[in-house]
Amino acid sequence: MPRLSSLWNLANPTRFLGLADRLLPWLAALASALLGVGLYLSFFVAPPDYQQGETVRIMFIHVPAAWLGLFMYVMMSASALGTLVWRHPLADVAQKAAAPIGAAFTFVCLVTGSLWGKPMWGTWWVWDARLTSVLVLFLMYLGIMALWRAVDDPGRAARAVAVLTLVGVVNIPIIKFSVDWWSTLHQPAAVFRIDGPTIHPSMLWPLLVMALGCTVLAIALHVAGMRNEILRRRVRSLRLMEAERLDAGAETAAGAAR
Amino acid sequence: MTRAFLALVLRDLRLAARVGGSGAMGLVFFLMLVAVVPFALGPDLNLLARIGPALLWFSAVLATLIGLDRLFQTDVEDGAIDLILSSDTPLEVLVAAKGVAHWLTTGLPLALCAPLFGLLLALTPGAMLSVAATLVVGTPALTFIGAVGAALTASLGRGGLLLAILVMPLMVPTLIFGVSAASAATAGTIAFLTPFLILAALSLVAIVIGTFAAAAALRQSA
Repeated sequence: MPRLSSLWNLANPTRFLGLADRLLPWLAALASALLGVGLYLSFFVAPPDYQQGETVRIMFIHVPAAWLGLFMYVMMSASALGTLVWRHPLADVAQKAAAPIGAAFTFVCLVTGSLWGKPMWGTWWVWDARLTSVLVLFLMYLGIMALWRAVDDPGRAARAVAVLTLVGVVNIPIIKFSVDWWSTLHQPAAVFRIDGPTIHPSMLWPLLVMALGCTVLAIALHVAGMRNEILRRRVRSLRLMEAERLDAGAETAAGAAR
Repeated sequence: MTRAFLALVLRDLRLAARVGGSGAMGLVFFLMLVAVVPFALGPDLNLLARIGPALLWFSAVLATLIGLDRLFQTDVEDGAIDLILSSDTPLEVLVAAKGVAHWLTTGLPLALCAPLFGLLLALTPGAMLSVAATLVVGTPALTFIGAVGAALTASLGRGGLLLAILVMPLMVPTLIFGVSAASAATAGTIAFLTPFLILAALSLVAIVIGTFAAAAALRQSA
C-alpha cells in the first residue's frame, strides 16, 4: 500500500513541514495567477447578462465561495474521520485549520449573495431554504470554532470537534439539494447538471477559472494554516517544558535555601 | 440491559424531582417565555393567535436547553460517569436512558402543558391540539440533539452557553417542520400530515444519531 504508507509518513510533522514549505510558494503563485486571470475574465471579458446586467459579475465570486464553503466542511469531515478512526495526528491539525477558512468562504458567500439580492430580488435577505441552510452552515462553523477554543488540550478538543463535525454533516446534502426540494427564491444548480451546464460558455469559463482559483487559494490557505498550527503546538509544548523546568528549578532553589 | 436502562431512568427522574434538580424549572421557564412575549409584541389576540404555535415551539426549544447542560455534567462531577463508562451495559443504552429521563422531565411536560399555555395566546382548540401533538413527537429530537452537545461540553465546567451555540443550528430543521405542522391546522395551506410525518422521522433519526454521537463524545472526552 504505497499511498497509505506515504500518508502515514506525513504523520511525522517535520516531514509535513518540509513538504508544506516546498508546496506553498507554488500554490500561492498558482492561486494568484488563476484568480488574476479569473477576475480579469469575469470583470472585463464576460458579457453582462441580458436580464441581470452588470450585477451578474457578483456570481463569479459568490458561486465559488459557496462551493468552497461546502468543500471545506467536507474536508473537515474527512479529517474528523481521520481523527476518530485512525487517530492520525495530522488530521487534528487539518480539521482545526479548515474551520476558519470554511467560515470565511461561507461568510463571503452570504455577503455577496445579499449584495446581489438587493438589486435583483429587492431585498437583502429572504428566509429561503438555500439561504437559511447556508446560514446554518455558517453558524455551525462558528460553533465548531467556539468548541476548539473551549477545550485547552488539543488532542481532546480534536476528538470532541470531530464528533460535532460528523453530526453536522447532515446539513451538507440539505444545502446541496435545498433548491430542488423546496423550489423557493434561490435558483437551482446551473453548472453541475446531468444534462450539461445551462450557462452560456462566455460566462461558464470565467466561473470555472474563478472556482479553480478559489480552490487553489483555499488549499494554499489550508496548508499554511496547518503549518502554523503545527508550529503553534510546538511553541505550546516548548512553553510547557520551560514552565516545568522553571518549576523544578524553583523547587531545588527553595530546597537549597532551606 | 433493560434493568440497567430502567434503573438509570428512575435514578435521573428521582434526581430531577428532588432539591437541586431541574425537574419543574423547564416548565416554569416555558411559562415565563409565553408570558413575556405578549409584553414585547402587545396584547393583540389576533396576532398572538397567528404566531402562537410558532411561539410555543420556540419556547419549547429554549426550555429544552434548560437542564441540558447538566445532563452529563453532574455525573462527571460526582464520578458516576466512571461507573456508567465501565459498566457491562453498552454506553449507548445508558445514554439513551439519560435522554429518555431528560425528555420525561422536560419535553413531555412541555407538550402536555402546551394546550394550557395556548389559552394565554388565544389559540383555537384545533391549534392547541396540533401544537401538543407536534411537541410530543418533536421534542425527543430536541432532547437527543441536545444530548450530543451535553456530552461534548460535559467535562468543560461551564459549557452552558457553548452548548446552546453548538446545538441550536442542528435544531433548526426540527423547529421548521414542528412549526409548519403546528400552524398547518390554523393556516390550512398545507396538509397537517406531511410535515408531521417528517417531524416524526426527524425525531427517530435524532434518537439514533444523538445516542451514538453522545456516547462517542463521552468516550472521547470523559
